[in-house]
Amino acid sequence: MSRISSVFESLKNNNQKALIPYITAGDPNLDITVPLMHEMVKAGANIIELGIPFSDPMADGPVIQKASERALVHNTSLMDVFNLVKQFREDDKDTPIILMGYLNPIEIMGYQNFVDQAHAADIDGVLIVDFPPEESHEFNIAMKEKELDTIFLLSPTTTDNRIKLICDQASGFVYYVAIKGVTGSAQLDTADIADRITHIKNMTQLPIGVGFGIKNAETASKLGAAADAVIVGSANVQLIESGIENNLNNQAIMQNIFDLLSSMRVALNQLK
Amino acid sequence: MSNNSQSPNSQAEAVYSMPDERGHFGPYGGLFVAETLMQPLEELNQAYEHYKNEPSFVKELDNDLSQYVGRPSPLYFAKNWTTKLNGAKIYLKREDLNHTGAHKVNNTVGQILLAQRMGKKRIIAETGAGQHGVATATVCARLGLECVIYMGEEDIQRQALNVYRMRLLGATVVSVTSGSKTLKDALNEAMRDWVTNIDDTFYIIGTAAGPHPYPAMVRDFQSIIGREAKQQILAQEGRLPDALVACIGGGSNAIGLFYPFIDDKSVKIYGVEAAGKGLETGEHAAPLCAGKPGVLHGNRTYLMEDRNGQIIPTHSVSAGLDYPGVGPEHAWLKDINRANYVSVKDHEALDGFHELTQVEGIIPALESSHAIAYVSKLAPEMDKDQIIIMNLSGRGDKDIHTVATIDGIEF
Repeated sequence: MSRISSVFESLKNNNQKALIPYITAGDPNLDITVPLMHEMVKAGANIIELGIPFSDPMADGPVIQKASERALVHNTSLMDVFNLVKQFREDDKDTPIILMGYLNPIEIMGYQNFVDQAHAADIDGVLIVDFPPEESHEFNIAMKEKELDTIFLLSPTTTDNRIKLICDQASGFVYYVAIKGVTGSAQLDTADIADRITHIKNMTQLPIGVGFGIKNAETASKLGAAADAVIVGSANVQLIESGIENNLNNQAIMQNIFDLLSSMRVALNQLK
Repeated sequence: MSNNSQSPNSQAEAVYSMPDERGHFGPYGGLFVAETLMQPLEELNQAYEHYKNEPSFVKELDNDLSQYVGRPSPLYFAKNWTTKLNGAKIYLKREDLNHTGAHKVNNTVGQILLAQRMGKKRIIAETGAGQHGVATATVCARLGLECVIYMGEEDIQRQALNVYRMRLLGATVVSVTSGSKTLKDALNEAMRDWVTNIDDTFYIIGTAAGPHPYPAMVRDFQSIIGREAKQQILAQEGRLPDALVACIGGGSNAIGLFYPFIDDKSVKIYGVEAAGKGLETGEHAAPLCAGKPGVLHGNRTYLMEDRNGQIIPTHSVSAGLDYPGVGPEHAWLKDINRANYVSVKDHEALDGFHELTQVEGIIPALESSHAIAYVSKLAPEMDKDQIIIMNLSGRGDKDIHTVATIDGIEF
């Protein structure tokens, strides 16, 4: 059983939800990333999603776009991302790490090379936003051979046929995009989202994470009630952005993110 | 009359048929988008497949092309220029004479009819030089549809005239300040709008790139250029041309001219990319000549990228060619050696701009001036009884300010 699956199984046995925070690797500098990952685990994160910076993040809203831009100012590369995970693993061998990003940096590295490096860095899963199952067959086989989980998105526009197709290829969990839109946008209609998640649950055994638009403990709690995990991206990254604007040091930025995630953890733990 | 005038279907070789049902041109093209766009793209594909041969759709499109766009555009024998270059006979396909001044409108009149039939009330588009933005705003004004155009902040500055044209036509022009603030970022932003407003919005992509079905659909709408040119050259010269030349940014005018000739193996095909300040300087927009394959904007194609797979800034004197990718069908035609992709520098394009203006009294767009510059090299190397058809994809009014500034003139 993969590390991601084990995490979900043990949470389920304890009637708990997974908290999955996202940050972009190297935002705003390489020094903050590993300590911030540890800090997020302390705040109650069960899995960490680490973004691979990309010049053209088409599915992201302004907050995560700027995170990529900040990371690319000093050319954070995929090799840097692997090295950050290796550093993280020196002190944490349990928390699963998922890389999230766009295809082109992986394409240029070569699928097999990427998978080998990800495996060597002790990464658990990969989510490539612009790589639907219809195009990613060869990549998925390479991932399976190394027992890495391939995470896919499901969206409000995904038809039942596609839900089935995607869940057949996915492993670890599936990521339900709560809104039609980019990361970090819009108001969430929680009743609607809960209905959709229940519908998807009837079609797959995989745990379901929900993300895009979870801003605070309240939204985390509302969506967490229906799903197995909540994924928090723009809200963390926004704290990095405002920290930079207010000249905060890395320590102060990390404290703010710790506080946000802790409040979400408390809210999720109150769910039964 | 030579054998060249036989229709492609009479030849023994297999007829070119691309893309496959999932939008692949060999390894290129395809559908590389976030999940939320998969179903809308499938709906678009089904609608396009349904309507493209449906009699009432075809009739309305043909009528709009003739009565609104002003087609067919002339195939003009450039006698003075031919005499000056002292080589092959040069014919210009006069897309500059279309309504709105470029080939872009061939595609927007088609896609807007599709949008209408799909019941979409809001239209969005990206634009670089502004020609596609103007062509989109124009058809929206005519049909009374809301129109939002995404344009890079840098392009808004260098194409102020087209920005004002779009606003006159009732469009909202949104300045894109992310990334390199040019066409690629405008496309990203339009995609983000589309994914957010998917229920009521139709995205009119202006070039033969993007996710399937856009590369094939834009090609089909633009192929009117090549179909007319073929009929016209057969009527005027009684035979097929020896060479086709067109400029390439995303490649929509080029594929429009090339596509109906792909099975005519005797016709050489030249696509001209923007070498900017020179391929060796890195400041150019020539992914086919100096880039490598990758995935951007929903399709696999040749890209300008660094060794980490980040898309790198492009440079061209012409905003319409300033794009780091290229339509996937061009990538395929390059790999199978059916088309030759070459490049010309900014200063050569500017020379071409002045040359055509002076000898033929036609002020060309800076994009088309790249094709002109290449014809100036190619024609003298060919025999006098040979024929070149060059796509004059747009008129140069929008570029007067740019050219004047380069020539040191202030208004």
